[in-house]
Amino acid sequence: MRMRNTLLLAAVPAFAIGLASAHAEGPNLGKPISPADIAAWDIDVEPSGAGLPPGSGTAAQGAKVFADNCALCHGDGGRGGVAMGNSGAPAAPAVVDDQKLAGIDERTTTIANYWPYAPPLFDYIRRAMPWTAPRSLTDNEAYALTAYILAENKLIDPAQTIDAQTLPKVRMPNRGGFIPRFPDEMPK
Amino acid sequence: MRKTKSTADQVAGNGLLHRRALLAGGIAVAGAAGVGASLPGAAAEPLAEPDWGLLPGDPVPAYQLPSKFAKNVVRTLANPNFEPRTSQSRTPHHLLDGAITPNGVFFTIVHGGVPEIDPAVHQLVIHGLVKRPLEFTLDTLLRYPMATQAAFVECGGNSAPLFSPKPIQADVQALHGLVSCAEWTGVKLSTLLEETGIDPKARWFIAEGADPPHIMRSVPLAKGLDDAMIALFQNGEPLMPGNGYPMRLLLPGYEGNMNVKYLRRIKLLPEPAMSYYESQVYTAPLPNGKAYQFYFINDVKSFITKPSPGRALREPGLYEISGVAYSGKGRISKVTVSADGGKTWAEAALQGPVLSKAFTRFRMPWRWDGSPATLQSRAYDETGDVQPTRAEFIAARGELASVPPVMGFANHHFNAVVSWAVDSKGEVTHAYA
Repeated sequence: MRMRNTLLLAAVPAFAIGLASAHAEGPNLGKPISPADIAAWDIDVEPSGAGLPPGSGTAAQGAKVFADNCALCHGDGGRGGVAMGNSGAPAAPAVVDDQKLAGIDERTTTIANYWPYAPPLFDYIRRAMPWTAPRSLTDNEAYALTAYILAENKLIDPAQTIDAQTLPKVRMPNRGGFIPRFPDEMPK
Repeated sequence: MRKTKSTADQVAGNGLLHRRALLAGGIAVAGAAGVGASLPGAAAEPLAEPDWGLLPGDPVPAYQLPSKFAKNVVRTLANPNFEPRTSQSRTPHHLLDGAITPNGVFFTIVHGGVPEIDPAVHQLVIHGLVKRPLEFTLDTLLRYPMATQAAFVECGGNSAPLFSPKPIQADVQALHGLVSCAEWTGVKLSTLLEETGIDPKARWFIAEGADPPHIMRSVPLAKGLDDAMIALFQNGEPLMPGNGYPMRLLLPGYEGNMNVKYLRRIKLLPEPAMSYYESQVYTAPLPNGKAYQFYFINDVKSFITKPSPGRALREPGLYEISGVAYSGKGRISKVTVSADGGKTWAEAALQGPVLSKAFTRFRMPWRWDGSPATLQSRAYDETGDVQPTRAEFIAARGELASVPPVMGFANHHFNAVVSWAVDSKGEVTHAYA
């Protein structure tokens, strides 16, 4: 590593060491990608709500989507405890849970008692669920599931529509519950 | 070092000189440990050739696998029947030696199975707060200047069973098997970011995988510009499928899950994304009711791999105590070893080269007299960090109320001193001391 860096530094003024490069470090082979092409890849959602797509859903709509796609592993009503196969290990955690955080035991952390922000719930559902068919839900279905889980956890009014405007405004109870382990490593 | 050598000199002549001579010469003692069989044929008798010396052997395979006599040197599987949940496989540290983990037994965690990714189709896109969004293929990355760096990768949940209020009886593989160390080769992320240009508003980036969970983690941009790498090779060969083929992010010293495998997208952002893995999974609830988030760095740590549970001592005599030490902050500066539960310590020999954010093998000759002993190791790094004792660690991080399942993850980032108790029969058990 040290040698590599030394070589690179030495190469900055010269373009030596046999790298036919117009650039200080790389051969500039990255292919430009257009905003339209990026859009298909660009699925992350930030706590601010940045990245949330058009569309919406309600808890009532989400109840059906959940029963059809999620309950197999997460249990009826999202209350967990379903073992798949012979191991007895739960396939997936409860997503609707009113237990309290017990000491340092992470197994008692839940969406309701722990998650600092609501938009990552939509992000995770859309990118990773259902386990057997990720990326198969429509944005409306992901919104509906988000609404259902938030409503069942009593974090929103069951009648509320969840969309790009309302989701970032959902106040999660434990938002102030975290401290960075290494403050010096946090960007300023 | 010098002290250890003199200790070793005191026991010179009892038949273990060969091992110490290797150590003094700085040559790695490689190969499967714990295979006790000696070659047949005593010096005074005519050599009776075993079958393997009398007949031609097997044809040479294109890709070789370990001897069938080393068939126990394999990973243990937490989800062998592939139920629809995360799969962990743990490295058999008690059966390995040296400072590099072979690719076949490098620990693997996948949350949605091991994907089979065609490198001709896979792309890496870098976008967000950059001046020129770009996409790269494996073929184009292979034309870039490469860097090589040894680095351990440790799951944030490694050693989680040690949050138990009572010592869980399990071997090193079960307790500490979610860490491994390889030599990685790839393209520095800073090289690619120089090509895309960076918007001054960028402070973080997200890395995203192409596997079914599309794992996303938020990383400080400063780490990306420091020693982050798009790793393409693992111990000299293309990445293993379970470790990210065709490309992964390598963040030396940072929590394993952040080293996103099957890397397909990097997006520069002003803020972190607070993904599922940083909102819940890889956080650490504390006794005071708060929780650590953005743990990032794997703290200084060590554990003894031999002797260890399941590797009993057969008789009193000279043994080598050995294990691995590592720190996510830099080089290991010192490892001390105790055989009396921490009352007295001596400095172990460090097998060179001692590399930053990589495994450092330590060794300590030990004459076991047949009485009970408690073995511990304690690592120090070049930044001045010291591996905490269990009492120190528990005071800061807490302990579970009840014994958890050995395969569970009830908290994260355990790095305290670990104790192996040797009884008068030579049996080794996990102890709190």
